[in-house]
Amino acid sequence: MERRKFITRSSLATLTGILGMDIVFGNLLPDKYIPLELQETDPLKLFGLNKEMQVLNDKPWNIEAQAHLLDDKVTPNTAMFIRNNGKIPEAIDVNTWTLTFDGESINQKKTYTLSELKTKFKHYTYQLTLECGGNGRSEFNPPAKGNQWTIGAVSSAKWTGIRLKDILAEVGIKSDAVYIGYHAADTHLSGDPSKEPISRGVPIAKALQEETILAFQMNGEDIPVVHGYPLRLIAGGYPASASGKWLQRISVRNKIHDGEKMTGSSYKVPRNPVAPGTTVKEEDMRIIESMPVKSLITYPKSGATFNLNKQLTIRGHAWAGELNVSKVAYSIDFGSTWSSCDLEKEVNRFAWQHFSAKIKFPQKGYYEVWIKATDRDGRSQPMLVPGWNPKGYLNNACHRIAVKVV
Amino acid sequence: MGVEEKFKQSVKGIHSLLAILLIGFISVLTILFFTVKDLASPTTNTPVISPDYVEVLGNEEDLDKIENGIHVRTGFVEGEGLMLVVQNCTSCHSAKLVTQNRMSKEKWLATIRWMQETQNLWDLGVNEEPILKYLSTYYAPNQIGRRANLENVEWYHLNE
Repeated sequence: MERRKFITRSSLATLTGILGMDIVFGNLLPDKYIPLELQETDPLKLFGLNKEMQVLNDKPWNIEAQAHLLDDKVTPNTAMFIRNNGKIPEAIDVNTWTLTFDGESINQKKTYTLSELKTKFKHYTYQLTLECGGNGRSEFNPPAKGNQWTIGAVSSAKWTGIRLKDILAEVGIKSDAVYIGYHAADTHLSGDPSKEPISRGVPIAKALQEETILAFQMNGEDIPVVHGYPLRLIAGGYPASASGKWLQRISVRNKIHDGEKMTGSSYKVPRNPVAPGTTVKEEDMRIIESMPVKSLITYPKSGATFNLNKQLTIRGHAWAGELNVSKVAYSIDFGSTWSSCDLEKEVNRFAWQHFSAKIKFPQKGYYEVWIKATDRDGRSQPMLVPGWNPKGYLNNACHRIAVKVV
Repeated sequence: MGVEEKFKQSVKGIHSLLAILLIGFISVLTILFFTVKDLASPTTNTPVISPDYVEVLGNEEDLDKIENGIHVRTGFVEGEGLMLVVQNCTSCHSAKLVTQNRMSKEKWLATIRWMQETQNLWDLGVNEEPILKYLSTYYAPNQIGRRANLENVEWYHLNE
Protein backbone atom coordinates (compact mmCIF):
# COMPACT_ATOMS: atom_id res chain seq x y z
CA MET A 1 0.00 0.00 0.00
CA GLU A 2 2.70 2.43 1.06
CA ARG A 3 4.87 1.48 -1.86
CA ARG A 4 2.09 2.07 -4.32
CA LYS A 5 1.26 5.45 -2.87
CA PHE A 6 4.90 6.34 -2.96
CA ILE A 7 5.22 5.40 -6.61
CA THR A 8 2.18 7.46 -7.39
CA ARG A 9 3.55 10.46 -5.54
CA SER A 10 7.00 10.14 -7.03
CA SER A 11 5.70 9.78 -10.57
CA LEU A 12 3.61 12.87 -10.06
CA ALA A 13 6.71 14.64 -8.83
CA THR A 14 8.73 13.40 -11.79
CA LEU A 15 6.02 14.44 -14.16
CA THR A 16 5.68 17.91 -12.77
CA GLY A 17 9.47 18.15 -12.78
CA ILE A 18 9.64 17.30 -16.45
CA LEU A 19 6.78 19.47 -17.48
CA GLY A 20 7.91 22.32 -15.28
CA MET A 21 4.39 22.77 -14.03
CA ASP A 22 2.91 23.29 -10.69
CA ILE A 23 1.30 20.26 -9.10
CA VAL A 24 -2.08 21.91 -9.51
CA PHE A 25 -1.75 21.55 -13.25
CA GLY A 26 -1.16 17.86 -12.71
CA ASN A 27 -4.73 17.60 -11.57
CA LEU A 28 -5.91 19.01 -14.86
CA LEU A 29 -4.02 16.57 -17.03
CA PRO A 30 -5.95 13.29 -16.79
CA ASP A 31 -8.92 14.38 -18.86
CA LYS A 32 -6.78 14.71 -21.94
CA TYR A 33 -4.65 11.68 -21.34
CA ILE A 34 -7.04 8.91 -20.40
CA PRO A 35 -6.77 6.22 -23.09
CA LEU A 36 -9.84 6.16 -25.29
CA GLU A 37 -11.23 2.88 -23.99
CA LEU A 38 -11.16 4.17 -20.43
CA GLN A 39 -13.22 7.25 -21.17
CA GLU A 40 -16.39 5.19 -21.07
CA THR A 41 -16.18 3.66 -17.64
CA ASP A 42 -19.45 1.74 -17.81
CA PRO A 43 -18.66 -1.51 -19.67
CA LEU A 44 -22.31 -2.09 -20.48
CA LYS A 45 -22.42 1.23 -22.33
CA LEU A 46 -19.00 0.57 -23.83
CA PHE A 47 -20.22 -2.69 -25.38
CA GLY A 48 -23.78 -1.49 -26.05
CA LEU A 49 -25.33 -3.98 -23.65
CA ASN A 50 -28.54 -4.02 -21.66
CA LYS A 51 -27.97 -2.43 -18.26
CA GLU A 52 -29.06 -5.62 -16.52
CA MET A 53 -26.23 -7.71 -18.02
CA GLN A 54 -23.92 -9.12 -15.35
CA VAL A 55 -20.20 -8.32 -15.41
CA LEU A 56 -18.30 -11.34 -14.04
CA ASN A 57 -14.85 -10.18 -14.98
CA ASP A 58 -13.36 -7.00 -16.42
CA LYS A 59 -9.85 -8.23 -17.24
CA PRO A 60 -10.49 -10.13 -19.42
CA TRP A 61 -14.08 -9.15 -20.21
CA ASN A 62 -16.66 -11.75 -19.24
CA ILE A 63 -20.29 -10.63 -19.12
CA GLU A 64 -23.44 -12.74 -19.02
CA ALA A 65 -27.14 -12.24 -19.62
CA GLN A 66 -30.02 -13.01 -17.27
CA ALA A 67 -32.78 -15.33 -18.44
CA HIS A 68 -35.38 -12.61 -19.00
CA LEU A 69 -32.96 -10.60 -21.19
CA LEU A 70 -32.89 -13.50 -23.66
CA ASP A 71 -36.60 -13.41 -24.46
CA ASP A 72 -36.12 -12.44 -28.15
CA LYS A 73 -36.26 -15.28 -30.66
CA VAL A 74 -33.02 -14.00 -32.17
CA THR A 75 -30.62 -12.71 -29.53
CA PRO A 76 -29.91 -9.00 -30.03
CA ASN A 77 -26.44 -7.57 -29.48
CA THR A 78 -27.66 -5.99 -26.22
CA ALA A 79 -28.14 -9.43 -24.62
CA MET A 80 -25.16 -11.30 -26.08
CA PHE A 81 -22.85 -12.73 -23.45
CA ILE A 82 -19.15 -11.86 -23.75
CA ARG A 83 -16.47 -14.42 -23.01
CA ASN A 84 -12.93 -13.26 -23.68
CA ASN A 85 -9.71 -15.05 -22.73
CA GLY A 86 -7.24 -12.30 -23.54
CA LYS A 87 -7.18 -8.64 -24.44
CA ILE A 88 -9.29 -7.34 -27.30
CA PRO A 89 -7.06 -6.49 -30.31
CA GLU A 90 -6.40 -2.77 -30.36
CA ALA A 91 -5.72 -1.68 -33.93
CA ILE A 92 -8.00 -3.49 -36.33
CA ASP A 93 -7.55 -2.38 -39.96
CA VAL A 94 -9.98 -4.15 -42.27
CA ASN A 95 -8.04 -2.96 -45.31
CA THR A 96 -4.96 -4.92 -44.32
CA TRP A 97 -6.68 -7.79 -42.49
CA THR A 98 -5.86 -11.21 -43.93
CA LEU A 99 -6.73 -14.83 -43.25
CA THR A 100 -4.04 -17.45 -43.82
CA PHE A 101 -4.54 -21.18 -44.23
CA ASP A 102 -1.64 -23.38 -43.19
CA GLY A 103 -0.93 -26.60 -41.28
CA GLU A 104 0.36 -30.12 -41.99
CA SER A 105 -2.72 -31.14 -43.94
CA ILE A 106 -2.92 -28.24 -46.36
CA ASN A 107 -1.75 -28.62 -49.97
CA GLN A 108 -0.32 -25.14 -50.12
CA LYS A 109 -0.31 -22.25 -47.68
CA LYS A 110 -2.70 -19.57 -48.86
CA THR A 111 -3.64 -16.07 -47.70
CA TYR A 112 -6.85 -14.17 -48.46
CA THR A 113 -7.68 -10.53 -47.88
CA LEU A 114 -10.96 -9.77 -46.18
CA SER A 115 -12.47 -8.40 -49.40
CA GLU A 116 -11.41 -11.53 -51.32
CA LEU A 117 -13.22 -13.66 -48.75
CA LYS A 118 -16.33 -11.52 -49.04
CA THR A 119 -16.39 -11.40 -52.86
CA LYS A 120 -15.09 -14.82 -53.93
CA PHE A 121 -17.43 -17.01 -51.90
CA LYS A 122 -21.18 -17.27 -51.54
CA HIS A 123 -22.75 -15.77 -48.41
CA TYR A 124 -24.99 -17.68 -46.03
CA THR A 125 -26.94 -16.56 -42.98
CA TYR A 126 -27.81 -18.93 -40.13
CA GLN A 127 -29.18 -18.48 -36.66
CA LEU A 128 -26.65 -20.34 -34.52
CA THR A 129 -26.79 -21.07 -30.80
CA LEU A 130 -23.50 -20.50 -29.01
CA GLU A 131 -23.19 -21.58 -25.41
CA CYS A 132 -20.08 -21.28 -23.28
CA GLY A 133 -18.84 -24.71 -22.14
CA GLY A 134 -18.74 -23.33 -18.59
CA ASN A 135 -22.29 -21.94 -18.57
CA GLY A 136 -23.78 -23.00 -15.20
CA ARG A 137 -20.36 -23.51 -13.59
CA SER A 138 -21.40 -21.59 -10.46
CA GLU A 139 -23.57 -24.52 -9.32
CA PHE A 140 -20.88 -27.18 -9.11
CA ASN A 141 -19.93 -28.46 -5.67
CA PRO A 142 -17.07 -28.52 -4.84
CA PRO A 143 -16.72 -25.34 -6.87
CA ALA A 144 -14.79 -25.31 -10.11
CA LYS A 145 -12.42 -22.45 -10.78
CA GLY A 146 -13.00 -19.93 -13.54
CA ASN A 147 -15.70 -17.43 -14.38
CA GLN A 148 -18.76 -18.33 -12.32
CA TRP A 149 -21.36 -18.33 -15.08
CA THR A 150 -24.92 -18.86 -13.92
CA ILE A 151 -27.30 -19.34 -16.86
CA GLY A 152 -26.63 -16.44 -19.18
CA ALA A 153 -23.61 -17.55 -21.24
CA VAL A 154 -25.75 -18.53 -24.21
CA SER A 155 -26.97 -16.69 -27.29
CA SER A 156 -28.62 -17.42 -30.61
CA ALA A 157 -27.88 -14.64 -33.08
CA LYS A 158 -27.97 -14.59 -36.87
CA TRP A 159 -24.51 -14.91 -38.37
CA THR A 160 -23.63 -14.11 -41.97
CA GLY A 161 -20.49 -15.29 -43.69
CA ILE A 162 -18.98 -17.85 -46.01
CA ARG A 163 -18.85 -21.59 -45.54
CA LEU A 164 -15.52 -22.86 -44.30
CA LYS A 165 -15.99 -25.93 -46.52
CA ASP A 166 -16.17 -23.74 -49.63
CA ILE A 167 -12.90 -22.05 -48.90
CA LEU A 168 -11.20 -25.27 -47.78
CA ALA A 169 -12.25 -26.82 -51.10
CA GLU A 170 -10.43 -24.05 -52.92
CA VAL A 171 -7.37 -24.14 -50.65
CA GLY A 172 -7.15 -27.91 -50.89
CA ILE A 173 -6.74 -30.18 -47.89
CA LYS A 174 -5.01 -33.55 -47.65
CA SER A 175 -6.85 -36.76 -46.83
CA ASP A 176 -5.06 -37.03 -43.48
CA ALA A 177 -6.72 -33.85 -42.13
CA VAL A 178 -8.10 -34.46 -38.62
CA TYR A 179 -8.77 -31.07 -37.08
CA ILE A 180 -8.69 -27.36 -37.77
CA GLY A 181 -7.27 -24.88 -35.27
CA TYR A 182 -7.74 -21.13 -35.28
CA HIS A 183 -5.27 -18.37 -34.45
CA ALA A 184 -6.43 -14.87 -33.68
CA ALA A 185 -5.39 -11.28 -33.02
CA ASP A 186 -6.25 -11.06 -29.32
CA THR A 187 -3.28 -10.77 -26.95
CA HIS A 188 -2.31 -12.56 -23.75
CA LEU A 189 -3.20 -10.96 -20.40
CA SER A 190 0.41 -11.17 -19.21
CA GLY A 191 1.48 -9.06 -22.20
CA ASP A 192 3.74 -11.91 -23.38
CA PRO A 193 3.63 -11.65 -27.20
CA SER A 194 4.70 -15.28 -27.58
CA LYS A 195 1.54 -16.51 -25.87
CA GLU A 196 -1.89 -16.93 -27.46
CA PRO A 197 -4.85 -16.42 -25.10
CA ILE A 198 -6.83 -19.12 -26.88
CA SER A 199 -6.38 -21.20 -30.03
CA ARG A 200 -9.05 -23.89 -30.24
CA GLY A 201 -10.73 -25.63 -33.13
CA VAL A 202 -13.05 -28.40 -34.31
CA PRO A 203 -12.74 -31.86 -35.89
CA ILE A 204 -12.53 -31.73 -39.68
CA ALA A 205 -16.05 -33.19 -40.05
CA LYS A 206 -17.44 -30.25 -38.03
CA ALA A 207 -15.33 -27.82 -40.07
CA LEU A 208 -16.93 -29.13 -43.27
CA GLN A 209 -20.55 -28.79 -42.09
CA GLU A 210 -22.63 -26.33 -44.08
CA GLU A 211 -23.39 -24.19 -41.03
CA THR A 212 -19.73 -23.82 -40.01
CA ILE A 213 -18.96 -20.37 -41.35
CA LEU A 214 -16.41 -17.61 -41.34
CA ALA A 215 -18.71 -14.79 -40.31
CA PHE A 216 -18.33 -11.07 -40.87
CA GLN A 217 -21.82 -10.05 -39.79
CA MET A 218 -23.90 -10.60 -36.67
CA ASN A 219 -27.60 -9.80 -36.83
CA GLY A 220 -27.14 -8.05 -40.18
CA GLU A 221 -24.39 -5.68 -39.14
CA ASP A 222 -20.60 -5.79 -38.80
CA ILE A 223 -19.72 -8.05 -35.88
CA PRO A 224 -19.11 -5.87 -32.78
CA VAL A 225 -15.39 -5.68 -31.92
CA VAL A 226 -15.86 -7.54 -28.64
CA HIS A 227 -17.51 -10.44 -30.50
CA GLY A 228 -14.70 -10.86 -33.03
CA TYR A 229 -14.75 -8.09 -35.66
CA PRO A 230 -13.89 -8.32 -38.51
CA LEU A 231 -13.91 -12.11 -38.89
CA ARG A 232 -15.10 -14.92 -36.64
CA LEU A 233 -15.32 -18.67 -37.01
CA ILE A 234 -18.79 -19.87 -36.01
CA ALA A 235 -19.33 -23.53 -35.15
CA GLY A 236 -22.86 -23.79 -33.70
CA GLY A 237 -23.71 -26.49 -31.16
CA TYR A 238 -20.12 -26.76 -29.91
CA PRO A 239 -18.78 -24.93 -26.83
CA ALA A 240 -18.65 -21.28 -27.95
CA SER A 241 -14.86 -21.28 -27.46
CA ALA A 242 -14.63 -23.27 -30.71
CA SER A 243 -15.98 -20.18 -32.50
CA GLY A 244 -12.76 -18.17 -32.57
CA LYS A 245 -12.93 -14.38 -32.72
CA TRP A 246 -10.61 -11.95 -34.57
CA LEU A 247 -9.62 -14.75 -36.93
CA GLN A 248 -6.24 -14.42 -38.69
CA ARG A 249 -5.14 -17.97 -39.42
CA ILE A 250 -6.63 -21.43 -39.73
CA SER A 251 -4.32 -24.42 -39.43
CA VAL A 252 -5.51 -27.68 -40.96
CA ARG A 253 -3.93 -30.28 -38.74
CA ASN A 254 -3.11 -33.97 -39.21
CA LYS A 255 -3.72 -34.46 -35.46
CA ILE A 256 -6.02 -32.96 -32.85
CA HIS A 257 -5.15 -29.27 -32.67
CA ASP A 258 -2.85 -28.60 -29.72
CA GLY A 259 -3.28 -24.83 -29.37
CA GLU A 260 -3.93 -22.93 -26.15
CA LYS A 261 -6.98 -24.28 -24.25
CA MET A 262 -7.06 -27.47 -26.35
CA THR A 263 -4.72 -29.22 -23.92
CA GLY A 264 -4.67 -29.82 -20.16
CA SER A 265 -8.15 -29.80 -18.65
CA SER A 266 -9.55 -26.89 -20.70
CA TYR A 267 -12.90 -27.62 -22.32
CA LYS A 268 -12.55 -31.27 -21.33
CA VAL A 269 -14.53 -33.59 -19.08
CA PRO A 270 -13.59 -36.97 -17.57
CA ARG A 271 -13.95 -39.92 -19.99
CA ASN A 272 -15.50 -41.92 -17.18
CA PRO A 273 -17.75 -40.37 -14.52
CA VAL A 274 -15.95 -39.29 -11.32
CA ALA A 275 -17.01 -38.51 -7.75
CA PRO A 276 -17.22 -34.79 -6.88
CA GLY A 277 -13.79 -33.33 -6.18
CA THR A 278 -11.77 -36.07 -7.88
CA THR A 279 -8.42 -35.17 -9.43
CA VAL A 280 -8.47 -36.45 -13.01
CA LYS A 281 -5.36 -37.07 -15.12
CA GLU A 282 -5.09 -35.31 -18.46
CA GLU A 283 -5.12 -38.59 -20.39
CA ASP A 284 -8.42 -39.51 -18.71
CA MET A 285 -10.17 -36.41 -20.07
CA ARG A 286 -11.98 -35.99 -23.37
CA ILE A 287 -12.61 -32.85 -25.43
CA ILE A 288 -16.19 -31.54 -25.29
CA GLU A 289 -17.85 -31.58 -28.69
CA SER A 290 -21.65 -31.18 -28.98
CA MET A 291 -23.22 -29.35 -26.04
CA PRO A 292 -26.01 -31.12 -24.10
CA VAL A 293 -29.78 -30.46 -24.19
CA LYS A 294 -30.86 -27.38 -22.27
CA SER A 295 -33.64 -24.80 -21.96
CA LEU A 296 -34.36 -21.41 -20.41
CA ILE A 297 -37.56 -19.75 -19.25
CA THR A 298 -37.20 -16.22 -20.63
CA TYR A 299 -40.69 -15.03 -19.68
CA PRO A 300 -41.80 -14.12 -17.11
CA LYS A 301 -38.81 -12.89 -15.16
CA SER A 302 -38.36 -14.83 -11.91
CA GLY A 303 -40.27 -13.19 -9.04
CA ALA A 304 -43.67 -12.69 -10.74
CA THR A 305 -46.64 -12.21 -8.41
CA PHE A 306 -50.18 -12.60 -9.80
CA ASN A 307 -53.75 -13.53 -8.87
CA LEU A 308 -55.01 -17.05 -8.53
CA ASN A 309 -57.60 -16.51 -11.28
CA LYS A 310 -54.90 -15.61 -13.79
CA GLN A 311 -53.44 -18.07 -16.26
CA LEU A 312 -49.66 -17.65 -16.42
CA THR A 313 -48.01 -17.66 -19.84
CA ILE A 314 -44.45 -18.95 -19.89
CA ARG A 315 -42.07 -19.03 -22.82
CA GLY A 316 -38.43 -19.55 -23.63
CA HIS A 317 -35.96 -21.46 -25.76
CA ALA A 318 -34.57 -24.99 -25.88
CA TRP A 319 -31.49 -26.30 -27.69
CA ALA A 320 -29.43 -29.47 -27.81
CA GLY A 321 -25.98 -28.81 -29.22
CA GLU A 322 -25.75 -30.53 -32.59
CA LEU A 323 -29.07 -32.31 -32.05
CA ASN A 324 -32.49 -30.75 -31.81
CA VAL A 325 -35.18 -30.78 -29.15
CA SER A 326 -38.16 -33.10 -29.46
CA LYS A 327 -40.05 -32.22 -26.26
CA VAL A 328 -40.26 -29.52 -23.59
CA ALA A 329 -42.27 -29.92 -20.37
CA TYR A 330 -42.85 -27.80 -17.28
CA SER A 331 -43.51 -28.71 -13.66
CA ILE A 332 -44.91 -26.56 -10.83
CA ASP A 333 -44.57 -29.30 -8.19
CA PHE A 334 -40.81 -29.92 -8.22
CA GLY A 335 -41.03 -32.69 -10.80
CA SER A 336 -43.91 -34.74 -9.38
CA THR A 337 -45.91 -34.05 -12.52
CA TRP A 338 -44.87 -32.65 -15.89
CA SER A 339 -47.02 -30.99 -18.58
CA SER A 340 -46.06 -30.51 -22.21
CA CYS A 341 -45.22 -27.14 -23.72
CA ASP A 342 -45.87 -26.08 -27.31
CA LEU A 343 -42.59 -26.38 -29.18
CA GLU A 344 -41.58 -24.75 -32.47
CA LYS A 345 -39.19 -26.28 -34.97
CA GLU A 346 -35.75 -24.71 -35.39
CA VAL A 347 -35.35 -22.18 -38.25
CA ASN A 348 -32.18 -24.01 -39.26
CA ARG A 349 -29.86 -26.61 -37.76
CA PHE A 350 -28.16 -25.50 -34.48
CA ALA A 351 -30.65 -22.66 -33.87
CA TRP A 352 -32.57 -22.78 -30.61
CA GLN A 353 -36.29 -23.63 -30.58
CA HIS A 354 -39.05 -21.73 -28.83
CA PHE A 355 -41.53 -23.17 -26.35
CA SER A 356 -44.56 -21.75 -24.59
CA ALA A 357 -47.30 -22.89 -22.22
CA LYS A 358 -50.20 -21.52 -20.21
CA ILE A 359 -50.33 -22.57 -16.57
CA LYS A 360 -53.27 -22.56 -14.15
CA PHE A 361 -52.27 -22.79 -10.49
CA PRO A 362 -54.36 -24.90 -8.04
CA GLN A 363 -54.07 -22.64 -4.99
CA LYS A 364 -52.31 -19.60 -3.58
CA GLY A 365 -48.69 -19.82 -2.54
CA TYR A 366 -45.04 -20.02 -3.59
CA TYR A 367 -44.23 -22.06 -6.66
CA GLU A 368 -41.25 -22.75 -8.83
CA VAL A 369 -41.82 -23.31 -12.51
CA TRP A 370 -39.25 -25.86 -13.71
CA ILE A 371 -38.57 -26.49 -17.38
CA LYS A 372 -37.16 -29.66 -18.93
CA ALA A 373 -36.17 -30.27 -22.55
CA THR A 374 -35.58 -33.66 -24.18
CA ASP A 375 -33.38 -34.07 -27.25
CA ARG A 376 -34.25 -36.22 -30.25
CA ASP A 377 -32.16 -39.07 -28.83
CA GLY A 378 -34.37 -39.14 -25.73
CA ARG A 379 -31.95 -37.50 -23.30
CA SER A 380 -33.53 -35.00 -20.89
CA GLN A 381 -32.12 -32.32 -18.66
CA PRO A 382 -31.43 -33.44 -15.07
CA MET A 383 -33.16 -31.57 -12.23
CA LEU A 384 -29.97 -31.82 -10.18
CA VAL A 385 -26.57 -30.53 -11.23
CA PRO A 386 -25.15 -33.29 -13.47
CA GLY A 387 -21.84 -35.13 -13.22
CA TRP A 388 -19.16 -33.17 -11.46
CA ASN A 389 -16.07 -32.45 -13.53
CA PRO A 390 -12.86 -30.60 -12.58
CA LYS A 391 -13.49 -27.45 -14.64
CA GLY A 392 -17.25 -27.22 -14.14
CA TYR A 393 -18.49 -27.70 -17.70
CA LEU A 394 -21.80 -28.87 -19.14
CA ASN A 395 -24.20 -28.01 -16.33
CA ASN A 396 -27.50 -28.46 -18.15
CA ALA A 397 -29.66 -28.80 -15.03
CA CYS A 398 -33.27 -27.62 -15.45
CA HIS A 399 -33.84 -23.89 -15.24
CA ARG A 400 -36.56 -22.66 -12.85
CA ILE A 401 -38.20 -19.42 -11.85
CA ALA A 402 -39.93 -18.44 -8.61
CA VAL A 403 -43.55 -17.19 -8.73
CA LYS A 404 -46.13 -16.28 -6.08
CA VAL A 405 -49.84 -16.76 -6.53
CA VAL A 406 -51.85 -14.34 -4.37
CA MET B 1 38.26 19.62 36.71
CA GLY B 2 39.55 16.23 37.69
CA VAL B 3 40.72 13.57 35.35
CA GLU B 4 37.58 11.61 35.97
CA GLU B 5 35.39 14.56 35.06
CA LYS B 6 37.43 15.29 31.96
CA PHE B 7 37.00 11.68 30.92
CA LYS B 8 33.24 11.88 31.53
CA GLN B 9 33.05 14.99 29.37
CA SER B 10 35.02 13.35 26.58
CA VAL B 11 32.68 10.39 26.71
CA LYS B 12 29.71 12.77 26.56
CA GLY B 13 31.27 14.50 23.56
CA ILE B 14 31.85 11.23 21.75
CA HIS B 15 28.33 10.20 22.62
CA SER B 16 26.83 13.32 21.08
CA LEU B 17 29.07 13.01 18.05
CA LEU B 18 27.99 9.40 17.60
CA ALA B 19 24.36 10.40 17.95
CA ILE B 20 24.71 13.12 15.31
CA LEU B 21 26.56 10.73 13.03
CA LEU B 22 23.86 8.11 13.51
CA ILE B 23 21.05 10.55 12.73
CA GLY B 24 22.96 11.74 9.68
CA PHE B 25 23.60 8.17 8.57
CA ILE B 26 19.91 7.25 8.92
CA SER B 27 18.91 10.34 6.97
CA VAL B 28 21.32 9.48 4.15
CA LEU B 29 20.05 5.91 4.14
CA THR B 30 16.45 7.07 4.00
CA ILE B 31 17.11 9.43 1.11
CA LEU B 32 19.10 6.73 -0.67
CA PHE B 33 16.34 4.20 -0.08
CA PHE B 34 13.65 6.35 -1.62
CA THR B 35 15.87 7.58 -4.43
CA VAL B 36 16.85 4.06 -5.42
CA LYS B 37 13.25 2.90 -5.21
CA ASP B 38 12.28 5.90 -7.24
CA LEU B 39 14.84 5.04 -9.90
CA ALA B 40 13.91 1.40 -9.88
CA SER B 41 10.26 2.14 -10.31
CA PRO B 42 9.30 1.86 -13.96
CA THR B 43 6.55 4.44 -13.61
CA THR B 44 9.08 7.12 -12.84
CA ASN B 45 11.33 6.33 -15.78
CA THR B 46 8.65 7.12 -18.30
CA PRO B 47 6.76 10.37 -18.03
CA VAL B 48 3.68 8.66 -19.48
CA ILE B 49 0.49 8.91 -17.51
CA SER B 50 -0.54 5.33 -16.95
CA PRO B 51 -4.14 4.35 -16.13
CA ASP B 52 -2.96 3.67 -12.55
CA TYR B 53 -1.78 7.19 -12.26
CA VAL B 54 -5.00 8.62 -13.58
CA GLU B 55 -7.04 6.45 -11.31
CA VAL B 56 -5.53 7.80 -8.12
CA LEU B 57 -4.84 11.40 -8.98
CA GLY B 58 -8.13 12.79 -7.79
CA ASN B 59 -8.36 11.08 -4.44
CA GLU B 60 -4.96 9.72 -3.63
CA GLU B 61 -5.92 9.07 -0.04
CA ASP B 62 -8.78 6.80 -1.11
CA LEU B 63 -6.58 4.40 -3.10
CA ASP B 64 -6.84 1.63 -0.54
CA LYS B 65 -10.02 2.71 1.19
CA ILE B 66 -11.91 -0.01 3.05
CA GLU B 67 -15.67 0.32 3.29
CA ASN B 68 -17.85 -2.16 5.17
CA GLY B 69 -14.97 -4.60 5.25
CA ILE B 70 -14.41 -4.41 1.50
CA HIS B 71 -11.34 -2.99 -0.25
CA VAL B 72 -13.24 -0.58 -2.49
CA ARG B 73 -10.86 -0.48 -5.44
CA THR B 74 -10.77 -4.25 -5.94
CA GLY B 75 -13.76 -5.66 -4.08
CA PHE B 76 -11.56 -7.93 -1.93
CA VAL B 77 -12.61 -8.71 1.62
CA GLU B 78 -10.49 -6.94 4.24
CA GLY B 79 -8.21 -9.34 6.07
CA GLU B 80 -4.63 -10.28 6.82
CA GLY B 81 -2.73 -10.57 3.56
CA LEU B 82 -5.13 -8.33 1.60
CA MET B 83 -2.47 -6.06 0.14
CA LEU B 84 -0.24 -8.99 -0.85
CA VAL B 85 -3.17 -10.39 -2.79
CA VAL B 86 -3.94 -7.02 -4.38
CA GLN B 87 -0.31 -6.62 -5.44
CA ASN B 88 0.26 -10.14 -6.73
CA CYS B 89 -3.11 -11.17 -8.07
CA THR B 90 -4.46 -8.17 -9.97
CA SER B 91 -1.72 -7.07 -12.34
CA CYS B 92 -2.67 -9.53 -15.09
CA HIS B 93 -6.34 -10.25 -14.44
CA SER B 94 -9.25 -8.61 -12.69
CA ALA B 95 -9.80 -9.05 -8.95
CA LYS B 96 -13.23 -10.30 -9.98
CA LEU B 97 -11.65 -13.50 -11.27
CA VAL B 98 -10.53 -14.17 -7.70
CA THR B 99 -13.54 -12.90 -5.77
CA GLN B 100 -16.09 -14.92 -7.77
CA ASN B 101 -14.24 -18.17 -7.00
CA ARG B 102 -14.32 -20.41 -3.91
CA MET B 103 -11.54 -22.93 -3.33
CA SER B 104 -9.77 -24.92 -0.66
CA LYS B 105 -6.15 -24.05 0.17
CA GLU B 106 -5.01 -27.00 -1.91
CA LYS B 107 -7.01 -25.84 -4.95
CA TRP B 108 -5.86 -22.23 -4.61
CA LEU B 109 -2.28 -23.51 -4.56
CA ALA B 110 -2.95 -25.65 -7.63
CA THR B 111 -4.34 -22.54 -9.35
CA ILE B 112 -1.24 -20.54 -8.45
CA ARG B 113 0.98 -23.34 -9.80
CA TRP B 114 -1.05 -23.47 -13.00
CA MET B 115 -0.65 -19.71 -13.45
CA GLN B 116 3.10 -20.02 -12.79
CA GLU B 117 3.46 -22.85 -15.29
CA THR B 118 1.33 -21.44 -18.06
CA GLN B 119 0.44 -17.79 -17.47
CA ASN B 120 3.76 -16.15 -16.53
CA LEU B 121 2.92 -15.66 -12.85
CA TRP B 122 6.11 -14.99 -10.90
CA ASP B 123 7.47 -16.93 -7.89
CA LEU B 124 5.57 -15.62 -4.87
CA GLY B 125 8.40 -16.51 -2.47
CA VAL B 126 7.67 -15.83 1.19
CA ASN B 127 4.39 -14.18 0.20
CA GLU B 128 2.91 -17.44 -1.04
CA GLU B 129 1.85 -18.73 2.37
CA PRO B 130 0.08 -15.53 3.55
CA ILE B 131 -1.60 -15.23 0.12
CA LEU B 132 -2.83 -18.82 0.35
CA LYS B 133 -4.01 -18.25 3.90
CA TYR B 134 -5.96 -15.16 2.87
CA LEU B 135 -7.56 -16.86 -0.13
CA SER B 136 -8.49 -20.07 1.64
CA THR B 137 -9.91 -18.11 4.59
CA TYR B 138 -12.01 -15.51 2.78
CA TYR B 139 -12.69 -17.39 -0.46
CA ALA B 140 -13.33 -20.90 0.85
CA PRO B 141 -15.97 -23.19 -0.67
CA ASN B 142 -19.58 -22.98 0.55
CA GLN B 143 -21.44 -26.23 0.86
CA ILE B 144 -24.15 -25.53 -1.71
CA GLY B 145 -25.31 -29.12 -2.12
CA ARG B 146 -26.58 -30.50 -5.41
CA ARG B 147 -29.08 -27.70 -6.05
CA ALA B 148 -29.49 -24.54 -3.99
CA ASN B 149 -32.70 -22.66 -3.14
CA LEU B 150 -33.56 -19.75 -5.41
CA GLU B 151 -32.14 -16.75 -3.56
CA ASN B 152 -32.49 -12.98 -3.93
CA VAL B 153 -35.76 -13.18 -5.84
CA GLU B 154 -36.98 -9.66 -6.62
CA TRP B 155 -40.75 -9.90 -6.33
CA TYR B 156 -42.89 -7.80 -8.67
CA HIS B 157 -46.51 -7.67 -9.73
CA LEU B 158 -46.96 -9.23 -13.17
CA ASN B 159 -49.10 -6.98 -15.38
CA GLU B 160 -50.48 -8.45 -18.56
